Amino acid sequence: MVFLTAFVALAISWSGFVLVTQLQLGRVDQAKTIPAGEAYPLARSGQAMQGAEVYRSLGCVYCHSRQINQQGTTVEVTLVNAGTNSANVLGAIRTVAPQFGQIESLANVPKVLGQVADTAAADSLVTAISEAGGQAMVEILPSGPDISRHWGTRRSVAQDYIYDPVVQPGVRRFGPDLTDAGRMHPDAQWQLLHLYAPKTVVKDSTMPGHRFLFEQRKLGRNPTPEALPLAGDFAPPAGYEIVPTEAARSLVAYLLSLRADAPLYESPVTPPVPPATNDVAVVTK
Amino acid sequence: MTATISPVPGPIDRSCRLPLFALFGCAAGWLVLSSIFGLAAAMTFHNPSLLANCPMFTLGRAYPTWAYLFIYGFGVPTAWGAGLWLMARLGRIKAMNPILITVGAKLWHVGVLVGLIGILSGDNSGFEWLELPRYAAVILFLAFMLMTVWLFMTCSWRTEPNLYPSQWFVLGAAFWFIWIFSTSVFLLQMHPVRGVVQAAIAWWFAGNLLNVWLTLAGLAVTVYVLPKLAGKPLHSYYLALFIFVTVALFGSWTGLPVHAPLPAWMGIFSSTAAALMIVPALALGLLVVKTTSGEGQPACMGGVLYFAKFGAFMLVLATLVSAVAACPVVARTTDFTWFTEGQIMLRLYGFFAMTMFAAVYHILPRVSGLEISLRRIRMHFWLAMPGSLLLALPLLVGGVRQGLRLADATVPFAATAQAAVLWVRISTLGETLIALGTLIFCVNVGWLILTYYRTLLKQQVTEALALQPVEVKS
Repeated sequence: MVFLTAFVALAISWSGFVLVTQLQLGRVDQAKTIPAGEAYPLARSGQAMQGAEVYRSLGCVYCHSRQINQQGTTVEVTLVNAGTNSANVLGAIRTVAPQFGQIESLANVPKVLGQVADTAAADSLVTAISEAGGQAMVEILPSGPDISRHWGTRRSVAQDYIYDPVVQPGVRRFGPDLTDAGRMHPDAQWQLLHLYAPKTVVKDSTMPGHRFLFEQRKLGRNPTPEALPLAGDFAPPAGYEIVPTEAARSLVAYLLSLRADAPLYESPVTPPVPPATNDVAVVTK
Repeated sequence: MTATISPVPGPIDRSCRLPLFALFGCAAGWLVLSSIFGLAAAMTFHNPSLLANCPMFTLGRAYPTWAYLFIYGFGVPTAWGAGLWLMARLGRIKAMNPILITVGAKLWHVGVLVGLIGILSGDNSGFEWLELPRYAAVILFLAFMLMTVWLFMTCSWRTEPNLYPSQWFVLGAAFWFIWIFSTSVFLLQMHPVRGVVQAAIAWWFAGNLLNVWLTLAGLAVTVYVLPKLAGKPLHSYYLALFIFVTVALFGSWTGLPVHAPLPAWMGIFSSTAAALMIVPALALGLLVVKTTSGEGQPACMGGVLYFAKFGAFMLVLATLVSAVAACPVVARTTDFTWFTEGQIMLRLYGFFAMTMFAAVYHILPRVSGLEISLRRIRMHFWLAMPGSLLLALPLLVGGVRQGLRLADATVPFAATAQAAVLWVRISTLGETLIALGTLIFCVNVGWLILTYYRTLLKQQVTEALALQPVEVKS
């Protein structure tokens, strides 16, 4: 009787969380981005796959999560072109979306008209505007603290993980989330410096340096091209240089491959504008 | 400790001696090692660069080593050993095949060592609570099966037909471990499933391990030791059965974070199950209070009874805290923070370790016929009890502070970590007390086993010498 209870209880939970999950998500494959229709995600390079092993082996997951939560979504309509007859377009806007009644004129395009309830409402407004001779754009903006911190552009979905050999969404954020690490800091040298001595690039960092991923080499006639540009407290002794090992380079290749910003049906988002170059300017010097 | 083995243990206790020495002895050693790695992991938050140049002691290796040694080095062998003794004692039968069980126990510890070397050299599986590499998992599974076959045999050949609640818990825990461990090792390491299903299975395993296996294994001891030492019968068998059934039913669904990147139904199911765990927690509280209250309470504060009683109350507290934290609104703040750690520490050190200490301190003297000095047991209690509270509670507070800042995107990220620093420091103090306690535990267990063999040797030598004149005459 006791054994039966235990068996039934565990069997139900096993079927629910193991079997059903496998049936529901086990065969998730590449998806098409919307509206571009590109395949997502793309398989990683061999070096990045080796880096995934380094990531697992160093236990990065014990400080960094890789999942973005989203608390809501706002849908915004922006008028891109008022066309030749702006009064006509304004009339169309007022008819379809009476909440924008306070808009007096359509000068200074592109002009953010405001938020609408959902994508269906946005689509009907865009259609009405284009029928009136104008042109409008819909922006889907996920919201929540993770997204405001620029850790990701949208919530994580099953597709984001299909090419990970070991899936580690993580449950701790003693360090920042790494879902979009490759988009946040696309410069390999920034990543290498950060691994060697985090404080060189992030002043308040609490991450320990991973100097064992680097080699201290005697300076030859010419400095090695990959040697890290270190100065001040972090510089190696005179006559030496710091060169990343294969493991460090693989890990960085993996970190740069971490991007989860493709707009998908399950998790729509308007692709963000590529980051401004000054975002990485600090590090490239 | 007395110099002679007295009173001489009965045949049932004697049959368990060899396996229990093998299981408890090494487990105590692993526990000390686990505490050392726990402290090394904590050091990262005090001075990130202190141990950073030694990969073995970086947080990413020290933390999984701590968790692995706690669960597989200390937890499973002690719980299993206590289970065997309870099964034999309550079933009024000698442990079946103690030699093979001992072989299994040794094999288990060899497996733990292999896994330890694997994790330290960077071969951890990447799944929490299942950190051990595949090759170590195979050894552990074989060892567990080798031992457990004889546990089930001992149960089925028992001469006392009625099962006491402890026996249900032991059987349940053994069954649970076999199922969840084999499923997870097979689907995560042998034949890995694809994508986020891995995460779902890893969380399912963690939930079942921490909320069901740990609970069942610990409560097996609690419901035996409490009435025994309080000198009263268990308040209600039905209440114990109710706890067993509800833990099995609800606990098996826990473990998945409510906001995980999985279909929404899974997170909701899991958080509902965690909330429902309040039911067995309250029932347990009632059972403990009713069983131990009243007259005739032993006067010795800090004895074995107090380990078990404190452990049971900490399980109630840990379950209530998890239930609150599983609520989606609260989880938005507490997920990803120190709060989760605090909750786990409460369960691991507050409940499980304390209960297992009670088991070892209760059982070892009975199987060896040697006493463990009460003074040292009390010293251990007064380090472990405040240690576990000082470790867990500040992390809960620090976690909430950290979570409130994480949820506010205007607060810079560095400030979120800074908010918990003071609390993490206090918790390290608790962890240090616990580590000192584990050292005393290791000395207590090691000393008893050594004294046993020393006394045995002395007795045999004396007997041999006493026989000599007879031999000369003949």
